[in-house]
Amino acid sequence: MSQDTTAHHDDHHDAHHPTGLARWLFSTNHKEIGTMYLVFSLAMFLVGGAMALIIRAELFAPGLQLVNPEFFNQMTTMHALVMIFGAVMPAFVGLANWMVPLMIGAPDMALPRMNNWSFWILPFAFTLLLATLFMPSGGPSSGWTLYPPLSLQGGNSLAFVILAIHLMGISSIMGAINIIATILNMRAPGMTLLRMPLFVWTWLITAFLLIAVMPVLAGAVTMLLTDRFFGTSFFNAAGGGDPVLYQHIFWFFGHPEVYILILPAFGIVSEIIPTFSRKQLFGYTSMVYATASIAFLSFIVWAHHMFTVGMPLGAMLFFMYATMVIAVPTGVKIFNWVATMWRGSMTFETPMLFALGFVVLFTIGGLSGLMLAIVPANFQYHDTYFVVAHFHYVLVTGAVFAIMAAVYYWLPKWTGHMYNEKLGKIHFWWSTIWVNVLFFPQHYLGLAGMPRRIPDYAVQFAEFNMISTIGGFMYGFGQLLFVYIIWQCVRGGEKATAQVWEGARGLEWTVPSPAPLHTFDTPPLVDDSVAVHKDTLA
Amino acid sequence: MAHSSYYVPHTAKWPIVGSVGLFIFMVGAANWLNQGPTGPWLFALGAAIILVMIFGWFADVIRESQGGLYNQAVDISFRHGMIWFIFSEVMFFAAFFGALFYARVLSVPWLGGEGTGAMTNALLYPGFEAVWPTHGPAALGGDFQTIPGFGLPLLNTLILLTSGVTITLAHWALKRAQRGALVFWMVATIVLALIFLSIQSYEYVHAYRDLGLTLGSGIYGSTFFMLTGFHGLHVIIGTLMLIVITIRCAFGHFSKKNHFGFEAAAWYWHFVDVVWLGLFIFVYVI
Ligand code: HEM
Ligand SMILES: [Cu+2]
Repeated sequence: MSQDTTAHHDDHHDAHHPTGLARWLFSTNHKEIGTMYLVFSLAMFLVGGAMALIIRAELFAPGLQLVNPEFFNQMTTMHALVMIFGAVMPAFVGLANWMVPLMIGAPDMALPRMNNWSFWILPFAFTLLLATLFMPSGGPSSGWTLYPPLSLQGGNSLAFVILAIHLMGISSIMGAINIIATILNMRAPGMTLLRMPLFVWTWLITAFLLIAVMPVLAGAVTMLLTDRFFGTSFFNAAGGGDPVLYQHIFWFFGHPEVYILILPAFGIVSEIIPTFSRKQLFGYTSMVYATASIAFLSFIVWAHHMFTVGMPLGAMLFFMYATMVIAVPTGVKIFNWVATMWRGSMTFETPMLFALGFVVLFTIGGLSGLMLAIVPANFQYHDTYFVVAHFHYVLVTGAVFAIMAAVYYWLPKWTGHMYNEKLGKIHFWWSTIWVNVLFFPQHYLGLAGMPRRIPDYAVQFAEFNMISTIGGFMYGFGQLLFVYIIWQCVRGGEKATAQVWEGARGLEWTVPSPAPLHTFDTPPLVDDSVAVHKDTLA
Repeated sequence: MAHSSYYVPHTAKWPIVGSVGLFIFMVGAANWLNQGPTGPWLFALGAAIILVMIFGWFADVIRESQGGLYNQAVDISFRHGMIWFIFSEVMFFAAFFGALFYARVLSVPWLGGEGTGAMTNALLYPGFEAVWPTHGPAALGGDFQTIPGFGLPLLNTLILLTSGVTITLAHWALKRAQRGALVFWMVATIVLALIFLSIQSYEYVHAYRDLGLTLGSGIYGSTFFMLTGFHGLHVIIGTLMLIVITIRCAFGHFSKKNHFGFEAAAWYWHFVDVVWLGLFIFVYVI
């Protein structure tokens, strides 16, 4: 590896870097591409959020008030697709773009041109997806899982949605390949695998999951496409197929996908908690092994999404126990985060607050997941608001909180300015309070039997829905504060030092803030004194 | 010759061309599927842009490679890229093989009344017998016959396996810097690939015209044509790679030590080969 990764940019001698639109369209720079990913993700977060508020507004009171049921269903479908593929995944890829090369001492991503392509497919993919909302037959309304036969009965949108998903898949696979190649090939001398920051480790494993399952999703939706347009019978019992087959293939993708949405979040939290506890991460190696076990287990639990569909008893037992086993490595992680804080000299800046919020609230989501994994209980909870509460605790207070923690944590490194700490804290408390008002009552709604994906409901569910909607609007509009804080920090503010945070360790804090366009053109020499984690084996 | 540092291109114009191409291609495809009038035209335009992008992009890479801009580390990055790309392709095929196994082992027997399927069979599809091949209880697509494995498919298997040998002989020739032998074995591989594709097309015509076996022949037709069809598509892509690489071999682009482009195409070819073995066993023979 050694001096091999000394960079050679073909712009070294002429100082002019393209400006304006060309700079972004043609960029091969990991920092610029990372920024584009993050901005795109934020935009999609707001679009998806607007859809969520339409859903919540309709559910404010029983009866049909604001939108017709078809449109409501389009909103639930689109909200999920936009948030998962447009907001959370690109945010993590953007963070990986910015931080992985900085954390391992690489001059850039391994395949810089492909990196540009991975990003630039996304705006087109989402144009294709969102355009369906403006077509005469409307957007997809079968739910983001696109179960047949329902999804096959929709209007013209199906073909657009499927092809948009193919584009997103191409983008994610190329992005993941790039990240793996970067991590395995571009580390600075001395940056052994067991010295890598956990964010890098979790992304390495996430990238593997992405390459393994995005093609499976591509296969599943391709079968939908041919069933609808070319007369195949994959999901048609009359021809010897089976609609349940779709669910199996989809969830073989879908469950690893939820770990794709959370593993990088684990990595982020594992960076932030040690910094603000001024201690090394507790149980570094066990964190690595726990991440790898979760990734492995994620391939053998998919049918916990299908307990009510009619499976052999043996299969249900297997998937129930396998699912519960995931709680073990997850528990190891939570334990390690808590143990890291134990006797640390802790301070509570905004990133730390979000990370702590993550630990507590993600755990609630994990516990409701365990409840859902119990087959007989799942018969009751499945397709109710309890599931909605579960996955929003893991995805909003889990993945999204971690992304926000990461943004606050690294924003000074990106912009060279400190963000407004006071506003950051307000943003955290505002979000944490209202997100619980938004999602906690949904547990009760689900336990009481309110089905998900339905625009109207029985009157006994009225109070909790009203509370939830109020929480939703407060949380949602509160995020404009986040946008404002970022804007303010980009424009100016107190100068950030290179290290930014007193307890921060690792290579990314050795470069100036803002990080110059090209960093580590000559790879740094890494040993235990600069590495975040001492490699006891090296 | 090789530069000692990692080459990071300054700007890249092809990716955005590729994205626009993909977008037009997809819009065209979706329009076409929905019987829109502009569909086929946009589809063709998109495909053309993508082709231009591929040629332009690879031309840039080849130029840089010949110019000695790539060092050992860049080479390893490319290797990672290709290996993981092939892995993603394997997983794509896995989805379709999974569908085949699920139908054969689980859902078709259930439709026939096995396991928990007794009531489904008795109430919805009385008299449906679970045998493979099947076009389902509704006998979709009408009567059909299958293609026996130990005829042309066996021949095709031998052809592909032989092509795996010839490309290896080409590799050996390359490593001994014998350009004549290299080009000879590459051409032999391409010829075998083209024979394979011709036999496969003949088989498709035969299936549609004489056997009544179509994409609409229930789950058998679906799995048969989607698996062999995607495989065939990958053989076409692989053959195009082989053709480009052979031309580059003839121009002396590769050295004994430095010939990743060749290896990437060879890996891809072996992948296509292995998928075919799976197809031969599980689709044609068993
Ligand atoms: C201890 C860990 C977890 C367990 C035991 C668990 C278990 C489950 C189960 C059994 C279901 C199916 C509920 C039903 O439909 O009846 C489910 C749904 C879901 N889970 Fe989890 N889960 C866990 C962690 C996560 C994480 C980390 C994420 C994402 C970051 C996640 C995201 C989801 C989503 C999105 C759904 C709903 C999918 C849909 O039907 O649209 N879960 N979970
Ligand atoms: Cu799951």
